[in-house]
Amino acid sequence: MTQGMSAPILEVTNLTKRYGGLVAVKNLSFSIAPGEILGLIGPNGSGKSTAMKSIMGVERPSAGSIKLDGVELAGLPSHQIARKGVGLVFQHSRPLARQTVLENIKVALLPDKLTHLFADKDTDGKARAIAARVGLAGVLDRKPATLAFADLRRLELAKAVARHPKLVLVDEPFAGLTASEVADFSQLIREFRVEGRAVLLVDHNVKSVSALVDRVLAMYLGEWIAEGAAADVMRDETVRRVYLGGALVSTARAESLFSDRTPVLQVENVGVCYGKARALQDVSLHVHEGEFVSLVGLNGAGKTTLFNAISGLMAYSGEIKWAGRPLRPGSPAQIARSGIVQCPETRELFGEMSVRENLDLGGNALGGEECARQLNWLFDLFPILKARQSQMARTLSGGEQQMLAIARALMMKPKLLILDEPTLGLAPVILETLSRALDRLRETTKITLLLGEQNVTFALPHADRVYVLDHARIVWEGPPDRFEAEAAANYL
Amino acid sequence: MKLRPLPASRLFWTGAAAFAVAMLLPLYASGYVLGLLTVAYYTAVFAMSWDLLFGFAGEVNFGPTFLIGVGAYTAGILDARLSPGISIYLCILAGAAAAVVAGVALALPALRVSGPYFGLTTLVAVLMLQNFIIVAADLTGGEIGLAVPDVITIDASANYWIAFCFMTVSGAILFGLSRSPIGLILQASGQDKVQAGALGFNVTKHKLVAFIVSAFFSGLAGALMVFYMGTASVGSFVDISVGVQIIIAAVLGGRRTVIGAAMGAVFLIGMGELLRPLGELATLIVSVIALCVILYFPDGFVGMLRGGARA
Repeated sequence: MTQGMSAPILEVTNLTKRYGGLVAVKNLSFSIAPGEILGLIGPNGSGKSTAMKSIMGVERPSAGSIKLDGVELAGLPSHQIARKGVGLVFQHSRPLARQTVLENIKVALLPDKLTHLFADKDTDGKARAIAARVGLAGVLDRKPATLAFADLRRLELAKAVARHPKLVLVDEPFAGLTASEVADFSQLIREFRVEGRAVLLVDHNVKSVSALVDRVLAMYLGEWIAEGAAADVMRDETVRRVYLGGALVSTARAESLFSDRTPVLQVENVGVCYGKARALQDVSLHVHEGEFVSLVGLNGAGKTTLFNAISGLMAYSGEIKWAGRPLRPGSPAQIARSGIVQCPETRELFGEMSVRENLDLGGNALGGEECARQLNWLFDLFPILKARQSQMARTLSGGEQQMLAIARALMMKPKLLILDEPTLGLAPVILETLSRALDRLRETTKITLLLGEQNVTFALPHADRVYVLDHARIVWEGPPDRFEAEAAANYL
Repeated sequence: MKLRPLPASRLFWTGAAAFAVAMLLPLYASGYVLGLLTVAYYTAVFAMSWDLLFGFAGEVNFGPTFLIGVGAYTAGILDARLSPGISIYLCILAGAAAAVVAGVALALPALRVSGPYFGLTTLVAVLMLQNFIIVAADLTGGEIGLAVPDVITIDASANYWIAFCFMTVSGAILFGLSRSPIGLILQASGQDKVQAGALGFNVTKHKLVAFIVSAFFSGLAGALMVFYMGTASVGSFVDISVGVQIIIAAVLGGRRTVIGAAMGAVFLIGMGELLRPLGELATLIVSVIALCVILYFPDGFVGMLRGGARA
């Protein structure tokens, strides 16, 4: 498949993108030949999207060169890059709501001219041909709001191909699509290859694009870590370490050790839709009292959606039971008071308030003495917070903020703590501190933990049991020591 | 979907009826009513120009009166200084041209910032103009206002026709522009400028053109209104409250419709006058009606006529 012989159409050399002190992409180099499909993969925060946006000119590269057919693109505004032959299929977009599908496609065919007061006669025919090609022929006269999710994605594809790009960038091509839709989209993308266009697919893991790509480039923390055929990249040591972590010392307690017959939290056949996208589908899981359960899944798999459903922040189908009783129709506040406390991915600290004030707010419902006791215990768990008591929360480092968010949640004396992606964007040294704190919670308290993570290295050691969530469904359940053998391939 | 032609035709017939009434009015209505409608029609052009920027380009211009004020005062000052050596039509054209120049001078820096900051920049521009007019009283008449020696005509009916034709022609041009490929690109830029850029459209260029067109019609309408009223004052052309009224008119009539903005302007001015016997209460009632329409019919009058439900 790989046409390694032909000269590359896209050549990226030492691309670097900095945001202030943060280096999102560091010295990235790669090339794509005409008719070749390259998968650019990496976990959340790896810099893959930034790399794609830099090529499109949505972000201005800090350094390095991006050449299309030998022409330098770096530094040009995106409309000029588009005219030089780069197209981007957006994952999220806002089509023109008052115009039909056909009119939306016609917009993409318009020239960037102010003298153009009337559309060309052949625009209509061209738009219809594009619609037929991507499978929108049946819905030409409908408004975007009435379209199925997959058709909205087709519309994005139609707009991107309208300009006959030499290089097509596709952001998460299959997110939110069903298996048969994935097959349709794969076919459409293969047609680009046949036509000799270069394609860059950006996605979270190798698995989702492996059937389609000629080559895969894996990124981590802004840097190139591996490149080659999909199977080789999946076997690559560095890639496996990034996605799966190193050797596992499991301290998992067997499920049979938990004495309660009925699990304290039961999630039964839960489904959630965001408009037309299906965020959760038939998800069932359970957590015993005192058990530590990790829910592992890549960005967008549906972890946060599930946690929000449990916390009562989101409407769902199916049933969620807490201590045997349905949580519905409890309000989020009632659910929190019943002992389920979520520590969200976004932390939601009160940035303009001090560390102590944040904690006091968490312990609002406790009596004075109990509050003080809880506070002492937390300062013992996270000594750094004691030292930072009077500091404003937003001036803390990322790791300290995460500790504060966990501590504030613990001030509410939860029976079940839901921890959503605590490791997001944190340095390894902070992870160790968090790790030790979780170990202490497990050894010295009766608390139940539901941990959502895409960082398997962090999720597995703290889990008694693991669930893998992939594209809105639970695809694997088991003890952490069986994860690598049974579920890793799914995850890479 | 099959039901769409019916509400659409309801909108068409309402428009046709309104047009017919407007054509016949000069035969029956008093000079007072005609005078009121003359102001309403100029305000309609202000509101339609504003809708081109907000509804299509997606930029909230809090300073429509900056453009109007520059047009009105430029025309007025030229006439006051040079009359009778200058044709008032030349003054009017100069007013429109000055509004375009001022608009570009404002838009070039303002379009570099996005979101609320564009709006704030335009708001500051109004305050600056207002202060300049008061400070440079020798030139502008200051707080007392500028007396303009000439008017186009003193015949109420003729003034009415001028304003009506001007509104119709401006409305047709603005409406046509909004439906043209440029209007579509503007809408795309307003909704998602990253994607519009990735499709090869120069977003800044298109928004700048929208600003220029908006400035031209605002300035032209402002200049014409000066030669109808015979005076220019901060309170009637530049004050923030005038701008707020224009914005409410456009939103009330229906965002992204152009025509709705004209309906909103006539409604606002008409209601204000009808309720005038109630004194201060009148403003309150009009405000409450406007609030209800904006809250319950976000698509405004045009949305109501289309049948309420969003497409």
